[in-house]
This record gives sequence, structure tokens and C-alpha cells, in this order.
Amino acid sequence: MAYTFSFPEEVLEHVFSFIESEKDRNAISLVCKSWYEIERWCRRRVFVGNCYAVSPMMVIKRFPEVRSIALKGKPHFADFNLVPEGWGGYVCPWIAAMACAFPWLEEIRLKRMVITDESLELIAKSFKNFKVLVLTSCEGFTTDGLAAIAANCRFASFIFLISQVLNLLDFNFVFELVLNKGHKFESKLCLCLVNLRELDLQESEVEDLSGHWLSHFPDSYTSLVSLNISCLGNEVSLSSLERLLGRCPNLQTLRLNRAVPLDRLPNLLRRCPQLVELGTGVYSTEMRPEVFSNLEAAFSGCKQLKSLSGFWDVLPSYLPAVYPICSRLTSLNLSYAIVQSSDLIKLISQCPSLLRLWVLDYIEDAGLYALAASCKDLRELRVFPSDPFGLEPNVALTEQGLVSVSEGCPKLQSVLYFCRQMSNAALNTIARNRPNLTRFRLCIIEPRTPDYITLEPLDSGFGAIVEHCKDLQRLSLSGLLTDRVFEYIGTYGKKLEMLSVAFAGDSDLGLHHVLSGCDNLRKLEIRDCPFGDKALLANAAKLETMRSLWMSSCSVSYGACKLLGQKMPRLNVEVIDERGPPDSRPESCPVEKLYIYRTIAGPRLDMPGFVWTMEDDSSLGLE
Amino acid sequence: MEKQGLGLGLEITELRLGLPCGEPVEKKEKKEKKRVFSEIQAGDDDDDENSSSEDRKVQTKNQVVGWPPLCSYRKKNTVSQTKKYVKVSMDGAPFLRKIDLAMHKGYSDLALSFENFFSCYGIREALKDADNAEHVPIYEDKDGDWMLVGDVPWEMFIESCKRLRIMKRSDAKGFDLQPKGSLKGFIEGVTK
Repeated sequence: MAYTFSFPEEVLEHVFSFIESEKDRNAISLVCKSWYEIERWCRRRVFVGNCYAVSPMMVIKRFPEVRSIALKGKPHFADFNLVPEGWGGYVCPWIAAMACAFPWLEEIRLKRMVITDESLELIAKSFKNFKVLVLTSCEGFTTDGLAAIAANCRFASFIFLISQVLNLLDFNFVFELVLNKGHKFESKLCLCLVNLRELDLQESEVEDLSGHWLSHFPDSYTSLVSLNISCLGNEVSLSSLERLLGRCPNLQTLRLNRAVPLDRLPNLLRRCPQLVELGTGVYSTEMRPEVFSNLEAAFSGCKQLKSLSGFWDVLPSYLPAVYPICSRLTSLNLSYAIVQSSDLIKLISQCPSLLRLWVLDYIEDAGLYALAASCKDLRELRVFPSDPFGLEPNVALTEQGLVSVSEGCPKLQSVLYFCRQMSNAALNTIARNRPNLTRFRLCIIEPRTPDYITLEPLDSGFGAIVEHCKDLQRLSLSGLLTDRVFEYIGTYGKKLEMLSVAFAGDSDLGLHHVLSGCDNLRKLEIRDCPFGDKALLANAAKLETMRSLWMSSCSVSYGACKLLGQKMPRLNVEVIDERGPPDSRPESCPVEKLYIYRTIAGPRLDMPGFVWTMEDDSSLGLE
Repeated sequence: MEKQGLGLGLEITELRLGLPCGEPVEKKEKKEKKRVFSEIQAGDDDDDENSSSEDRKVQTKNQVVGWPPLCSYRKKNTVSQTKKYVKVSMDGAPFLRKIDLAMHKGYSDLALSFENFFSCYGIREALKDADNAEHVPIYEDKDGDWMLVGDVPWEMFIESCKRLRIMKRSDAKGFDLQPKGSLKGFIEGVTK
């Protein structure tokens, strides 16, 4: 800068301290060298969207004063079992490096990573000021590791949160909590575990531990803010739980697991009437009037309750027990509740403040129509399939339900919808009704299903979505789709950041449209599409502007992967193939799975036997 | 959203590999419909043209890995394991209904379904007075016998029930149609 007038460092640092978003921080660091330097010393929060894009040492070197780090590991399709076990995402090297370099680290957030009990113990030992541990869809640990964290109760106060992955409401709430938005908590430790996949498998070990670790909370501990055990398979000691709840006046979130019987719920609720979020256990028991009135009274006593979930095994005659609090509800997760449409309608009609609804397709078109009529503030709707593998529809849920909601809910932004039929006309209507959509994920259960009225591909319908919803960030496609839909997406999807594609397209042209047209694309995941080498190689440079590309069951040849790896040193081109070494087959042979991501850390060293990173040497030596 | 810091500037190099600019990518390549799948069990692709038998189609539908896109936790907890659809008729109502017994937790639940389906046909009134009810719920069991609903435990009932009928009492001459036990309870529950 030619300007000699500049602020002293302290002033700039102070100004920067108001800038929190990574995006803005990154922009600041690009202004000039001195701003880069000042900024890197005062950055407290780092987000690494792909743990292999950068090495722990690189982060530590650039940002020496980090207090909070978030890391993501496996690709998104790992949620659907498309990433073989043992692929990677190990957090251990990060924990080890940070234990030395960041003694004042306060927060660790991990998603789809592997974390061992040893790492948990290291965390408990190494960070004197530790406050937040959030594990989403992670694996590799047991409640022993959790107990190690719990036992280290040196912290001023403690939040213990275990939740299941799709309960992103919890995740968001926790985020809000620890970012101190709207809640003033001081030195709280928040341990949030989301989707404990491994715990499902290790149920026999949890048996002994699940009640046990609860009692690790000393009697003197009174600062619990959030407790969520909804994914634990086994029973916890209800008396321990009751005692814990009774002495924690700041408890805001309580999510129980299925094993907690309904007739014990009123007692639990009475001990924490200040609850904001509740997940019930099983929601049925013998129908007895005194149980009902007890339950109803307990609910009525919870004046702050805004969010409900759980409702495992619902007996509909108990649903009216929640009616007294419905008018305050902003969030309802009934996505595990088997409840008929008529009962759902009765419930939802009493929730005018609803912002988020997650529900099974038992709600049917009629229920969605009622939702549209009653819940004018709705922001987010997710409708999950009750019978995803059935061959015929088991419920009267069609595209009409979604159309109704798009008509009646002017603030609707985010949609996840599983159904069995769709039409271009309906998609068109939805697009025109709701140009403010930012997330649109449609899953027509049968792959390659055409418009059920015209039998045409659904290209124009999805085209309407991208054309009218100009701020669309996330899109998932399904149904019968040709290259044309990708042409629309490339033309109109200028704000699109994440695209999921399955069983779609005709040729490389489809992929080419997306890679060349979507300026803001960060994550692209593709399965079972006829995309091959040409589009990929022609748009190689684009891949460096994205976080990652996943392609499985497509037509990308081994030769193309090698070429890409060779020419693009800042990409890791991982071939994932469980059939054996790719060079035991002809070069023209398509690879099973391909994961390409930009990185400045070079090829990773922790790959299992079925993953090969394409070298960028001219020697092309491969194991 | 966030852009990972790759140094002080992100040079987007115009690197072209393979296709020089200007050469049009072939449109509508008529590729074989054959896909490369990584399914475990299904050997074929599930393309309709290539599936030869209904069986294979059915098989394939259930065996595409990771489709529909639901995480394993959700799959485990929502996929209904059993279904038990039975027809329900009410004397005087023109249409039969079908209900999934497996979706009901007990007799009270069943009573509510009856109410939902047949409220316009006066089921409430019909069952109100358990002793003198105008209608009686009966079911046909595995042996083809008609039984009174409510006598046996629920689990046993689901197992053996093939069909339900809400019959006019007057049609059942000479039988002892005194509802017993849980049925009385559930009727009262319905008509409260």
C-alpha cells in the first residue's frame, strides 16, 4: 500500500475481532501482507472442510493462537455406506499435534471422522480450558472414552450431550449455545456426539457402561445444560437420571432414549420444568387416565418448551398430552414416530409457531395441506419414507403435498422430500411459489422415475427450480434426467454450492455443464451416472476451486485418473476399488469409486489397501 | 462459503487436458445403457431393458447400495419390519377399508382407527353402550372362524386375524355377544 497512514496493529486486531466468519477472515488476509500477518495471529476459529486438504502442522504454523477447530473427514456419501470401512478420516494426528501446539484450545468439532478412546483421553488431559467437543457421525470410540472426558471434571461446569446425527436441531442448538448467541453460559463444556454408529454395533459393551457413565457426574455437579442420550440402545438408570436432572437448574435440552418408559416421563419433566428442548422416550403405554393426566400436567408445567422429538412407538391417544404446549413449539421432529395422518393433523394444527418439521410420510398429502394452512412461519420441512424398500406406495403421499406446502408457507427455505411420484408441472409450481428456496433435496424413491403424467424426464421441472430459486445453495436430484437438466443447472445454478446426483444423465456433456457453469460449486457427489473421462479432464482446473468431487459407479477410466493425478499436483485423486489394484486391469477400465479433493498437504499416508492416490510424478509409481 | 486458504491468491489456471477449446463435446453419445455398479448382491444393473425377470427386478430394487439415501440409523429405526394389512368392513357402510394391524399398538389404537374410518357411519353410537351396542366388532381368524374382538391378547390377535367386520348385532342371532375384558375397556375409551 502506498498509503503511509495506517492503523496500529492493536487497532486492526481489535477491529478483526469482530469478524467471525471464515469467509470474511480469509478475505481480510488477502488485503495485504501486514493484514495477513495480523489476522493470522488473532484468528481463533479454524474450519477445515476436508481434513486431508491441509496438514495439522500447516494449520498450527499459520494460526498459532487457535481456540476452536472444526474438521470434517469422510465424504458425505459415507452416510449411505458408499465409502468402504477403513477409508480414513483419522483425527489422531490432529489431536496429537494440537495437544502440543494449542494448550489453550477450547473447542473441537469433528464430523465423519474416526476418533479413538486414546484420543479422547488425550483431549481430556491436554487442554486446560477445554469447553466444547462435538462429534457428528464419528466412530472408533466407546463410552470408556466418554467416561475419560466426564471424569476430568476440572472444568467449571459441564455439558454432556449425546445425540443422533439426523437430529441436526441438537447440533444447531449446541452451536448456538457455545457461540453464546442468545444464551449466556460461562466456561461450559459441551460434549456433543452425533450418530454413534459404532455404539450401535457395540451394544453389548455399552450395556455395562451406559448407566455407569451417567454416575460419573459427581453429586456436586450442578451445571448440566444439555443431555441427549437418544441414540443409546440400552437402559440408563432412571434414578441416577432423576437425581442429575433435579440438581441442574440450567438444563435446557433433554433428549431421552427409547428405553425410557412413558410413565416415568412426568417425574423427569417435573425435575426440569425449565426445559427448552425435549426428546421423549417410548411414547406409549397402557392407556390409563391417570397416566394421561399426569403427563399432560407435566407438559403444561414446562413453560419454555419449544422443541419436541422422540415419540418412539406412539400411542395416538397420548398425543393430546402435548396440546397445552403446542402453541409455543418451533421445532417438531416426528421422523421416528409412526402416527397416522389424522392424528398428525390434529397435532400440527395447534402449532402455529412451527419453524421446522421433520416427519415420516405417514403425514400424507392431507397432513401437508393442513401444515400449509396452520404453520405460516415454516422454514424447513423434511419428509422421510416410512417404507423405503417397499415396492408399492404404502401412504397417500404424492407431489401434491409438497406443492401445498410451497403454496401455503411463504418462508419455506429448506426441503428434503422422499416420495414416489413427481411431475414437471409440480416442480414448476413449487419453483414459482418459492423462489426463496435455498435447499432443495428431492428423492423419488425409484431411480429414473419419469414425470408420472407425461412420462417425460424431469429436466424441465428441476430446470425451473434452479432458474427461479436464484439463491439455491444445495440441490439433490432424482428421477429420470437427461443431460438437459445439467445444462439448466450450469446455466442457472450460479449460487449452487453442493449438488448430489444419482442415476442421471446421458453423457459427459452433463458433467461438463455442471463443472463449467456452476461458479460457486464446492461439493459434487455423483453415483451411477454415465460420466467418463472427457468432462473430467476438460474441467480439471475447476476441481481445484472445489472442496471435493465424488464419483462412484460411473465411467471414469483408470488411465484418466492417472493423467489427472499426474497433471494436477494440488489435487489428490483417490481411486477406491475393492476389486484389487487398478493396474491389474486395463487402463481403459472404469474405476469403482473416485474421490478427488484439493489439497496442499500432498497425498495422504494413511490409506487402506483399497485406496490408491494417483501420483504426480512422471514415474507414475504405484503400489 | 469458506475458501480454504491456499496461499495468498487462488490462481485458477486455464489448464486444458484432452479436449482443445472449441471442439464440441459429442452430444447424445449413444452409450450402452450398461452401468458400472458396485452393488454387493445384485449382479445386474437394474435397467429395465436388461432385467429379464420380475424376480431379478424385485431383488435389485432392494439391493442397490446406499439407495434411497438414508443413513443406517434412520433405516434401522423406521423401516417397518412387518406389515399386516386386513380388510375392515362395517355393516351399513358402502366401502371397505384396509388397515395395517402392525401399525397399531393395541386394541385402543384399533378402536381409534375404527373411529377414523367409520365415524360418519355412526360407529361411535354403535359401540357406545357396550352391553346393548348395535354393532359388534368381530374378526375372522386363521381357521376361518368368526371371533369376538378383544378376547385374546393383542399379539395373538394380530397373528391370527385375517379380516375384520363390524357387524350388526341383529345379524348375529343366538350368540353371546357380551364384550369382555379389554374390548369393553377400549370401547369405553373410544366413546368417552
